[in-house]
Amino acid sequence: MTAYRSSDTPEATAPTGPLKPRTHWRQRRDVQAAALVPLVALVAAVLIGDLNAWLTLTLAGLAMGMMLFIMTSGFTLVFGLMDVLNFGHGAFISLGAFCGFSVMLSMDGWRLSESLWLNLGAFGAAAIVAMTAAALMSWLFERILVRRVYGDHLMQILITMGGLIVAEQLIYVFWGGHDIPMLKPPAFQGGVQWGGLVFEKYRLLAVVLGGLLFIGLLLVFKKTRLGLLIRAGVENREMVESFGYNVRCLFVLVFMAGSALAALGGIMWGVYDEVITPHLGQSLMITVFIVAIIGGLGSIEGCFIAALVVGLLSNYIGFLAPKLALVSTIGLMVVVLLWRPQGLVPVSEGGK
Amino acid sequence: MFQALRDTLPSNRWIRGLLLIIVVSIVLTPWLFEGTRALDTAARLSIFIVLAASYDLLLGYTGVVSFAHALFFGIGAYSVAIAFDQFAPGFGVLAIAIVAGLSVSLIVAFVMGLVSLRVKTIFYAMITLAVASAATVLVSQFYHLTGGEDGLTYRLPRVLTPAFRPFDEPLFGVRLTGKLFNFYTVVFVAILLFLVMVRIVASPFGRVLKALRENDFRAEAIGYNTLVYRTTATLLSAAFATLAGVLMAIWLRYTGPDSVLSLDIMIDVLLMVVIGGMGTLYGAIIGATVLLLAQMYLQTLMGSTQEALGGWPILANLFDPNRWLLWLGLLFIASVYFFPQGIVGRFSRARSAAAEVRP
Repeated sequence: MTAYRSSDTPEATAPTGPLKPRTHWRQRRDVQAAALVPLVALVAAVLIGDLNAWLTLTLAGLAMGMMLFIMTSGFTLVFGLMDVLNFGHGAFISLGAFCGFSVMLSMDGWRLSESLWLNLGAFGAAAIVAMTAAALMSWLFERILVRRVYGDHLMQILITMGGLIVAEQLIYVFWGGHDIPMLKPPAFQGGVQWGGLVFEKYRLLAVVLGGLLFIGLLLVFKKTRLGLLIRAGVENREMVESFGYNVRCLFVLVFMAGSALAALGGIMWGVYDEVITPHLGQSLMITVFIVAIIGGLGSIEGCFIAALVVGLLSNYIGFLAPKLALVSTIGLMVVVLLWRPQGLVPVSEGGK
Repeated sequence: MFQALRDTLPSNRWIRGLLLIIVVSIVLTPWLFEGTRALDTAARLSIFIVLAASYDLLLGYTGVVSFAHALFFGIGAYSVAIAFDQFAPGFGVLAIAIVAGLSVSLIVAFVMGLVSLRVKTIFYAMITLAVASAATVLVSQFYHLTGGEDGLTYRLPRVLTPAFRPFDEPLFGVRLTGKLFNFYTVVFVAILLFLVMVRIVASPFGRVLKALRENDFRAEAIGYNTLVYRTTATLLSAAFATLAGVLMAIWLRYTGPDSVLSLDIMIDVLLMVVIGGMGTLYGAIIGATVLLLAQMYLQTLMGSTQEALGGWPILANLFDPNRWLLWLGLLFIASVYFFPQGIVGRFSRARSAAAEVRP
């Protein structure tokens, strides 16, 4: 089984130019939605009034948004491509965090050294192990649980919820039920000074990493054949299948990649918080849902915009009115759904 | 009413016998079993039966997955708790608390339904999960009113407390106290609520709900307004969950986030309904019994297994008494796969429309 045809026939190559004629920005829903990010930041700037505090919060919000994006992208793509609602996504976040922490804690030499590169090496090794573990687990997860319940949302929710329960309990079995604390590696601690403003290093790292990932994902989606097939599958699965592509195999790939990204997000979050708990995945799962819904289930651009807005908003609100931090994201979700019932950047409903 | 019972009761006589045994042992607990722990288990069991059945009304009969059911349970419990905490305990206060709790639940359920049922039912699952977690946060932040993480402990009307002793003579060896009165209030209200749900399910309304679950497109084509029916089912199930919460608050004399509001309670209820049998209502009785017994006795069994496996670190951890949820989770997955109609559905087919098999 191949995910996509490797033998390129001339007529089967991807069309190069944009298929859609250029539309005015008033008709571009993604452009309108993207305008939300600076809008939220500007309104917050007026409300906060203090430039330094605003910059710190914005960076924190962007970092949180990037991590949320990394975690949510897999979830939303899996839904978009195969109409599968994976409530077990949170298990991979936890799994990634625990695997990653174990690896980092076992690499004390690199982790505790002052060198940025050794620190990054430990982090990278942890990320690779965690992502591999999550990808393998998700392959099993898909094989054993999800495969049989395609097309039935009720069963999917129940079965993946069962998977989440079992996976979380297994984490208790292997790592014990206690929280695991770990300080950030020295090179990630503290901040960078620039003209009287302080930027926390790890947040910068998260923003850079998340931005690179987003650009990378976009490149894969827009420039490669694999991405073309995934986008086509999201738009209209039957059509792609009727062209002879094995969408199911493609889906397994996306499922594994999405779970690996969830694991990466989990370890990034864990290092940021400097402690992980077995409930990490379950509690982040709720934010992941909110981001996916706000962005429009199945839409990667929508997911990115929504993640940034949610990250920024919860940091601003956390500063302005701490008690309302979590409630604010839910309020945002309700408002967005009333405005656009399909999310910020709706995926076209063709064929589904 | 008897017609409704006859229509909906599972036809398998073993299942019927099991149901009868469970109900009779709950009702006669003070005489059959010794100690306060048995009494407590029986009262909890009857409350959880109502809660699970009300969840089944939504999940099994309309195919809508909600993760906010514990939220309504919590609203019921907290309305009683806050009322008794703020005012002198009395039956007037209780009545006002029940009305207030029901109103809050119905409004919340209505708003959630409006926002999410309109779009897609899967949104409902995710949105309810988000709202429920927000509620947990709110409860811990408004600790002046709710007691925060510690919860609230309050006094009940004297008639419902162990201190109330109207008779000196014990009846068949059991002393009649307010505790017993409290117990029977809970049990009989629970039975009453369950019967009302049976009546609802057997009504034409219940049949429309089942039609929605099987094929909502077709039901809509026939002319039923799916949104109205789904929302009504949501409201009804929220109302019953709220009343179950009221019973819990009365029985426990304590209300805290862990006992009525947490996601763990929600997962317990989900397990009860699925293991017992979705869309059967009676499955709630068996599911709740299985789960509560597992919570109490599976742990003991696992403890002894763990000791036997002491030399194998990971293997022994698998049987740690706190890991009972792992095994029930596996049972849950197995039941979703192999008998999606649960224990009751697997071994029997009710005579009425409940007999249709899900594809």
